[in-house]
Amino acid sequence: MQFNELFEAIDRTTSTKAKVEALVRYFRSAQDEDLLWSIYLLMGKSSGRFIKTAVLRQAAISLSRLPSWLFEECYHVVGDLAETLSLCLPPPLHTSSFTLTETMAFLNHLKTLSADESEIAISAKWMETPTDQRFLFNKLITGNFRMGVSKQLVIKALAAAHKKSENEIAHRLMGNWHPSDIGLQQLLLAEIPREERSFEPYPFYLAYQLDKEPEALGEVNEWFIERKYDGIRGQIIVRNKRLYIWSRGEDLLTDKFPEFHLLADLLPNGTVIDGEILPYSEGRVLPFAIMQTRIGRKQLSKKILSEAPLVMICYDLLEYNGEDIRDFPMKQRRRLLEELLQALPANVPLLISKTLVCETWTDVAKAREEARQYQCEGVMLKRKQSTYGTGRRKGSWWKWKIDPYTIDGVLIYGQRGHGRRANLYTDYTFAVWDGDELVPFAKAYSGLSDKEILEVDTWIKRHTVDKFGPVRSVTPTLVFELAFEGISASPRHKSGIALRFPRIARWRRDKAAKEANTKADLLDLLNTR
Amino acid sequence: MLTFNDKGIYCSQASVYIDPWMPVEKAIVTHAHADHARPGSKHYLCHRDSANLLKLRLGSQTSIQSLEYGEEINLNGVKVSLHPAGHIIGSAQIRLSYKGQIWVVSGDYKLKADGISIPFEPIKCHHFITESTFGLPIYRFPELDEFNKDILHWIDENRHNNINSILVGYTLGKAQRIIETVGISGLPIYAHGAIANVQQLLIDDGHPLRSVERASLDMKKLAAPYIVIMPPSALHSPWMKKFAPYEVAYCSGWMQLRGARRRRNVNRGFILSDHADWSELNLAVTATEAENIYVTHGYKSIYAKWLREHYHLNAIEVDTLYEDDLLLQEDSDNAIQ
Repeated sequence: MQFNELFEAIDRTTSTKAKVEALVRYFRSAQDEDLLWSIYLLMGKSSGRFIKTAVLRQAAISLSRLPSWLFEECYHVVGDLAETLSLCLPPPLHTSSFTLTETMAFLNHLKTLSADESEIAISAKWMETPTDQRFLFNKLITGNFRMGVSKQLVIKALAAAHKKSENEIAHRLMGNWHPSDIGLQQLLLAEIPREERSFEPYPFYLAYQLDKEPEALGEVNEWFIERKYDGIRGQIIVRNKRLYIWSRGEDLLTDKFPEFHLLADLLPNGTVIDGEILPYSEGRVLPFAIMQTRIGRKQLSKKILSEAPLVMICYDLLEYNGEDIRDFPMKQRRRLLEELLQALPANVPLLISKTLVCETWTDVAKAREEARQYQCEGVMLKRKQSTYGTGRRKGSWWKWKIDPYTIDGVLIYGQRGHGRRANLYTDYTFAVWDGDELVPFAKAYSGLSDKEILEVDTWIKRHTVDKFGPVRSVTPTLVFELAFEGISASPRHKSGIALRFPRIARWRRDKAAKEANTKADLLDLLNTR
Repeated sequence: MLTFNDKGIYCSQASVYIDPWMPVEKAIVTHAHADHARPGSKHYLCHRDSANLLKLRLGSQTSIQSLEYGEEINLNGVKVSLHPAGHIIGSAQIRLSYKGQIWVVSGDYKLKADGISIPFEPIKCHHFITESTFGLPIYRFPELDEFNKDILHWIDENRHNNINSILVGYTLGKAQRIIETVGISGLPIYAHGAIANVQQLLIDDGHPLRSVERASLDMKKLAAPYIVIMPPSALHSPWMKKFAPYEVAYCSGWMQLRGARRRRNVNRGFILSDHADWSELNLAVTATEAENIYVTHGYKSIYAKWLREHYHLNAIEVDTLYEDDLLLQEDSDNAIQ
């Protein structure tokens, strides 16, 4: 089975079972090198950029003899560059087949070429790639490769194909590895002594949003109730006197957090702590936005470090004295964590995530309501007897987020969407009233059903006032309730505010445009926050 | 000679509208799809093969005059004739000629043979009104052979797995093409009521089409594998459950785009269109030798710009009511129910 056949098999089904079966078939039949590359790609490891998209576009425009404006219009309708390229290219001259490894070698070679050379190379390659394989090839070049299978499914299929536990596979596939530096034996198959892999984090255990009444969870005293912090989920690891900090996205972020570097000497060897990294000063959690200003930077000046001081709010202990204790009950892990933190000097930026005292579920609900005062998003419910799982599993850990803010806005602009929504007006801009004027305050892309999307799309097309490229302004008529998690002042926006995670809660068909909220209502939310 | 107003395309000399979307006195209808043949007008003129389809849609009492392809009538000095458009059975381009000026309204059309409708015939004219449903170079539709091969292969796979094959396509046009193709497999074919009605009407009209069973009987008693043909409006409806176990495939020109297929939440899409693709549009427009091109429903502004820049034609976009809601029509399938 070749990689493109796997891609096709997965693309043609929505059944999870069929997808896993296709993966297992591929993992059992693929050549070792191809297998390594496929795992690398399926696990979403970035291979970086192989070629500038401007060069890709230029090559496709030359080959297809289309004017560049027409190519751009096509791109806008299709919504995906790789797909647009595939659809615009002329048929191949003669076709050859390439293994995944050969394709990846070609792509890595592209990196070493000048723009002109790479345009020639990519054009030649396209003209010998079969039409039905060009899309996959283009997906690999453009770097944003996705196949409709989650990492979890890949791990499941690999575990089934190689008769290993899913936990072990997940553990082995984390971290920095590259198909050109490692063999299949070493990556997946051979037994590896723990000390050689001291940088390895554990797979994170993720909570589901609570989807029922909390009373359904049983006795409240069987649960730890903690605040749900809004930061970067991370693992702090100290092994062999070395410190590693991993984010949930499996990025090794050790260098980004110099304030934690002293931990290498302070934490005992063989310690792994799970928690939330966030900005904190004088006993208070600061808004997430403060940390964002320093995350992207390469150089961290003293000024930045003092303006956005970070701590980790610790809530779990996964490894203790070199022993994997994820199978211990949460209650026991937490006691060990508390002991560990108490033994540290006072200036260490590690805080315990306090458990809240709640006698009844009503108390828990009250704690949830108060979350915003603490820059939190709600509460976490963790069963005291629970072990530390892998991935997102229902049952022992729940997040119970606070209801979002809501405001009614008037639809004023529509823009064509991408991918699944290509060709439809699905990206909306909403406004609130400022006297007689409508001031845009939020963009939202999600929240409507497919049927509503079609309806709004038709409405937009029939009520267009003006067109600016892909954007249409419409007569202000439709009202939508928008939900969002946070609000902050922003001089960059016309409305003076910026929202966090805005989305459409529902279509207010019962409301006329005049009945939408006002800028003053938004400012009230900002001030009473 | 022709103008575009809020009721449709109007010829004042002949006092007649072409595909009006509001009730008028006299309407010439290019073909029997709902967005072109709207109810409420007093008199209709259409091709002979569209007459009974129109009656099915608009009522048996509807006043309909029909013509053969190439037959000419005179409406107050305007010579009017109908010519094959290759879109569906009975679809026609309308040619109007007055004082040496010739206009052609193409309605919907395609150039590729579908094995059922009379193929498109290019007509020389001065003014050509074209659709642009698939007026972008990304649309490049396969030939009938390729479609047949792919769909029969898919049915074979399903048959091998003892699974029923459900094919989704427009009631008038696509459904007949799909039935002709899947009939090759030799499996029994059951059709949704709307499709069965149209199929029977066309067979009674003398078209050599395969007959199908109505899918209204108790399907659970039937042993898999068989084939079901249904319109898009029945997709994801509870009605489908009785055909389990099944695989569904959607047949449409929109299936060229992955996004369009995923939006319909079907696993397979087969590219099958009754509209012209990019190169067919360009062929058709240039074959008319017309200097003035009016681009209607579809990617009209983009396609008009292309015609101006590439072929140096006097091309403009024209608003029609059926503009832009192609996707909706496709989905709600208000063709003939």
